Amino acid sequence: MKLNEEKSEKVAVNKYLISKGVDAFFTDIYNVYLFIVRFFKAVFTAPFEFKEIINQCYQVGYKSLPLVALTGFITGIVFTKQSRPSLSTFGASSWLPSLISIAIIRALAPLVTALIAAGKVGSNMGAELGSMKVTEQIDAMEVSATNPFKFLVVTRILAITFMLPVLVLFTGFIGMMGSYLNVYHNELTSFTAFFKSAFNTISFLDIFSSIFKATMYGFTIGVAGCYQGYNAQNGTQGVGRAANSAVVLSMFMIFVEELVIVQLVNAIR
Amino acid sequence: METTKENTAFEEPAILIKGLKKSFGNLVVLNGVDLEVRKGENIAVLGRSGSGKSVLIKIISGLLQPDSGSVQVLGEQVDNISAADLQRLRLKIGFSFQSSALYDSMSVRENLAFPLVRNKRELSAAAVNTAIEEVLHEVGLSQTIMQMPSELSGGQRKRIGIARTLILKPEIMLYDEPTSGLDPITCGEINKLIIKVQQQYKTSSIIITHDLTCAKATANRIAMLLDGKFLATGNFDTVFDTQNESVRSFYDYNFTTHENNK
Repeated sequence: MKLNEEKSEKVAVNKYLISKGVDAFFTDIYNVYLFIVRFFKAVFTAPFEFKEIINQCYQVGYKSLPLVALTGFITGIVFTKQSRPSLSTFGASSWLPSLISIAIIRALAPLVTALIAAGKVGSNMGAELGSMKVTEQIDAMEVSATNPFKFLVVTRILAITFMLPVLVLFTGFIGMMGSYLNVYHNELTSFTAFFKSAFNTISFLDIFSSIFKATMYGFTIGVAGCYQGYNAQNGTQGVGRAANSAVVLSMFMIFVEELVIVQLVNAIR
Repeated sequence: METTKENTAFEEPAILIKGLKKSFGNLVVLNGVDLEVRKGENIAVLGRSGSGKSVLIKIISGLLQPDSGSVQVLGEQVDNISAADLQRLRLKIGFSFQSSALYDSMSVRENLAFPLVRNKRELSAAAVNTAIEEVLHEVGLSQTIMQMPSELSGGQRKRIGIARTLILKPEIMLYDEPTSGLDPITCGEINKLIIKVQQQYKTSSIIITHDLTCAKATANRIAMLLDGKFLATGNFDTVFDTQNESVRSFYDYNFTTHENNK
């Protein structure tokens, strides 16, 4: 009996190449890779779901505007208030617009908008697709001769990839406005002087890298949300897990990408 | 009821399955299944939960791939078919899901319009509206057209699910547990609807169920799935006129137990 138990335990251990967790981690990475390959194959083949892409752009873009505007505005004000004492110590308050513009355009606008989008849009994609998966709605779509991957996944990934750069530019603008209001309130700097000083320090590379980052973050949020939702299992518990994993995975990947892109841009600069 | 009798008038096979095998890991679900569904015929597939009934119709509709064996639907080999041909074939197959699987972000009208506008793009808006009104009338739920799926009862959801498949005028209907979770009166209405669909749309159907009342009322033949194989096939009385304990216990549980409980 004991021999049998030992034997079955050995078989159970031998089922995994390294260990259960490590195997699952690498299997997941491979599956995400396959998911991305499938996306690129589907995106360039007809039929193109233009109507649904526009609908999704409206859902993820237009409907996120109030939230990112408020966040951008607060970020602009808070960052200005936090930076002022340090600059004042060196008598460099006049550098405030330059510092704020560099911080907002290069880092804060893309990062804050992406994190907000990961929480709002990524979780929504994970939960919505997860719910459709566990209630057989995706199967129903497939048997009614509609490709659910193209209709549900490709459209959502494209929408967030296109819309996040727009949202980042909008957040940047609102953030700068928030900062200006604070600067005007304290230093009575004119609108023209503030923005002249702000844009003197910003280069084309800053704006381009910001848009590039936003595109990458959007794609990441879309892939993470759709992958988790499309592969949800185990009923309502699985839907919750899909939404949660979509947010955690996309936020983690956003920070990793931020690190890599900053290194690349600094090397170019 | 005429439809419950085995009818030899059905000749051509609409679905022909030979030696079908399907496993999930070490679990063998279908182990050499053979089945023929003739054109215009309703077959009820009976079996215990987890016996592979739903897997069978998911393979027929191309949602799952078999491990081995041959599955022919309307002359097309489903186990070896291109994606484009499968899409075309699916227009002729209606699948009514156990959970109804209505798109919960869409109204009843949008649910019904979805397969039609996507697959018959040449149709005018007026033609789409007419088709929606027609199928809703067929299932007796014209008043629900503007409602959301969450506002419908279980029986209404099942009927809208069937209406959504009927809008494409399928030649084959696959019903997955059409009466599960419904009260006896609603079950009776669904049974009548299944027979109406068979007669009006001339469909060949597979009805997956463990409700013998549904099977008896709607099917021309019964197929009993046990241990991955069809243990008995024939009309209702033939299948259950047996000494096989597994088949008898299925019958006894559905009828004798219920009668004793009354």
